[in-house]
Amino acid sequence: MSTETQPGPGISGDDSLEAAHEKNRRVRRALFGCAAVTVVTTVAIFLVLFDNAASYFFGARISEVLFDGDSFARTITFTEFFTGTRWAPDHSTPAHGVLPIVWGTLAITIGAAFVSIPIGTATALYLSEYASTGTRNKLKPVLEVLAGVPTIVYGYFAVSFLTPVIVDGIASNVVNPAGTLLDSIAFLAPGLLEPAAEAMMGVSVGRYSLLAGVLVVGTMTIPMVSSISEDAMQAVPDDLRNGAYALGATKYQVSTRIVLPAAVSGIFASYILAVSRAIGETMAVTLAAGFNANLTANPFAEIMTMTAYLVSMARGTSAVGTVEYQSLFAVGLLLFLMTLSMNLLNDWMKRRYQEEYR
Amino acid sequence: MSTKRETEFLADVDLSREKLVNRLFHGLLVIASLFGLVMLVLLIADVIWESAQAFSNFDIDIGNFLTGTSSSRAGQAGFGASIIASLWLMALTAILAFVIAVGCALYLVEYAPENRTTRLIEANLANLAGVPSIVYGLLVLALIVNDAGMGSVILAGAIALALLVVPIIIVASIESIRAVPASVRDGSYAMGATKWQTVRRVVLPQAMPGILTGTILALARAIGETAPLIMVGTMLHATRYPDGPFASFSAMPTQIYSWTYQADRMFNGLAALGIVVLLTFLVVMYALAGYLRKRYEADGGSISNV
Repeated sequence: MSTETQPGPGISGDDSLEAAHEKNRRVRRALFGCAAVTVVTTVAIFLVLFDNAASYFFGARISEVLFDGDSFARTITFTEFFTGTRWAPDHSTPAHGVLPIVWGTLAITIGAAFVSIPIGTATALYLSEYASTGTRNKLKPVLEVLAGVPTIVYGYFAVSFLTPVIVDGIASNVVNPAGTLLDSIAFLAPGLLEPAAEAMMGVSVGRYSLLAGVLVVGTMTIPMVSSISEDAMQAVPDDLRNGAYALGATKYQVSTRIVLPAAVSGIFASYILAVSRAIGETMAVTLAAGFNANLTANPFAEIMTMTAYLVSMARGTSAVGTVEYQSLFAVGLLLFLMTLSMNLLNDWMKRRYQEEYR
Repeated sequence: MSTKRETEFLADVDLSREKLVNRLFHGLLVIASLFGLVMLVLLIADVIWESAQAFSNFDIDIGNFLTGTSSSRAGQAGFGASIIASLWLMALTAILAFVIAVGCALYLVEYAPENRTTRLIEANLANLAGVPSIVYGLLVLALIVNDAGMGSVILAGAIALALLVVPIIIVASIESIRAVPASVRDGSYAMGATKWQTVRRVVLPQAMPGILTGTILALARAIGETAPLIMVGTMLHATRYPDGPFASFSAMPTQIYSWTYQADRMFNGLAALGIVVLLTFLVVMYALAGYLRKRYEADGGSISNV
C-alpha cells in the first residue's frame, strides 16, 4: 500500500514545512537502509561462503588474491570433491569426497519425507474436510506447538527415547531374528560408546542411527506440511465440493478426487518446504544420526549429514586457515545452494497455486 | 447390471461399499492426525520422566542447578550461567533485530514504490526465511568472529540470531502495519501531518501490539536455536557468569546439547532438567504473545505461519 500522497503544501505556511519535508526524506532513506540490510545479508552469505570455499579448492581466498596478491594453487579438485566416496578432511590421511555426507543428508531427507508427507497430508485433509470446528480448533494449536519445540529437544528425545525404545526394539525384535543385520550393527556401533550405549539401552544398536534421525526429522516437519497444505485445501472454492456432493459423492471421493487435485500445487509447495527444512536441520540429526560419514542405507547404521559435519568441526574449533576450517565453507556453500534451489522451487509453486483461485 | 426396479437407477453403485471406504478413510485420517499429538505427548512425558529419574538416581541440588555455573564434573554442574547468557542473547538479539525489521517493514508498506528493487527485497525475504540457521552461524563465524576478530562472544551469537529472526519479525510487522486502516492515515494527513509524523504517531502505535507479538514469537524461536551458536563457537561448559556482550558463553540450548552428548547418565539427567527450564521460558513467551494478541485483538496469522 504505497500511498504517494504527500500532505498538501502550506496549511500552516511557515518555513518549517521545508524542514519537515527534508526530515521525511531522511527518514525514507534510513528505512530504505533497513530494508537494504536484508539484501546485504543474502549477498554477504554468498560472498563469504564463496570466498572461504575458494581457499578450500584453490588454496587462497578470492579476497586474498584480489587484495594481497596471493595466487591460486589448486589443492582439491572438483572431481575429487564431487565423486570421492570417502569424507575425512580432518583425518591424518585426508579424503575429500563429499558424497557420503551428501548421501547422509539425502537419506535423512528422503526418509523424513516418507514420515511427514503422508502424515502431514492426511492431517491436513482431516482438518480441512472431516474435522468439526471444535476438533480443528484443538488439534491445530497442538501442531503449532510441535513446530515450536526447539530442535535440540527433539535431539534429546531421539537420544533418550526413540533410539533406546523404538529403534532398538525394532532391531532386536524384528531384525535380529532375521539375523542378517546383526553383525553389521555390532560392527558399526562405535567401540568406545558401546559400554555406555549398552548400559543405557540394554542391547546392541549403537547410540546413533539413521532411523532415529528419520523419525525425529519426519515428526518435526509434519506441521509444515499439514499447516500449508491445509491452507491450500481451504483455498479450494466450496462450489467445487458442492458440485461433487450434488452428484452423490462421498467425503472420501470429494477429498481424494476434488480437493487434493485442486490444491495440488499448494500441497507440493508444502512438501518442498518440509524437504528444505529437513536438509538444513541440524541438532536433531546430529544427536540422532551421528558423525560417521557412511554410504549406507541400513536404517540402523550411524551416518553423518552435512550439518552434522559442520557441528562436529565447529565443536573442535579448528584453527582458521586449516583445511578443516575451509572445508566448513565448501560444505556450507553446498548446503546453502541446495536449500536455495528448494526455496526458489517452493516460491514458484506457491505463486502458481495463488493465481488459480484469486 | 441387474436392475430389480426401474427407480433404482444408481444400482451399479454399491452404496454400502462406498460408505465403508469413506469410514475407513476417515479412520485412517484420524489415526494419522493423532500421530503428531502422540509424538508431542511422548516427547513431554520423556523429558519429565528423565528429569524425575535424574532426581531419584542422583543427588541434585535444585538451588545449585538454577544458580550455579556449569562444570565438567556432573555433580557440581549448574545451569545458571547458561540462563544468564541466554537472557543476554535475547536482549541483544531483540535490539538488533527489532530496529532493522520494523524499519524494513515500514519501508515496504508505507514508502516502497512498485518497482524492481521492491520486488527484489520482497523475494529476498522469502529466501532468507528459508536459509538454514546453521548457515547464519557460518556467516557470523567467518565474517565477525574471525575476519573482524571479535571472537566467540555473546554479541557475535546475538548477531547470528538477529539475522535469523529478522525475516520473521518483518513478516509479522508487515501484517500488522497493513492492518491499520487507510482512513486513520487520511485523518492524520487531513490535520496537516507529514508522512513521517503520520507513520510515527498514528500508524506505529496502532500496529505496535502486532509487531510486539511477532517479535516475542521470533525471540522464542531464537532462544531455542542451537546450531548457529555452536557454529559461532560457544564453550562446552558455561564455567562462569557472562559479564557483558563481549564475554564468552554457553547458552541454554548449547549447554543442553553438550550435556546430552556426554555418555555420563547424570549429565543426560541434567540435560532433561535444562530442557524443562528452556521449555518454561518458551511457554511464558508464547503465553505473553497470546495475551498480547487477545488483548489487542490483532488478527495475526498462526504461529507456524511465518
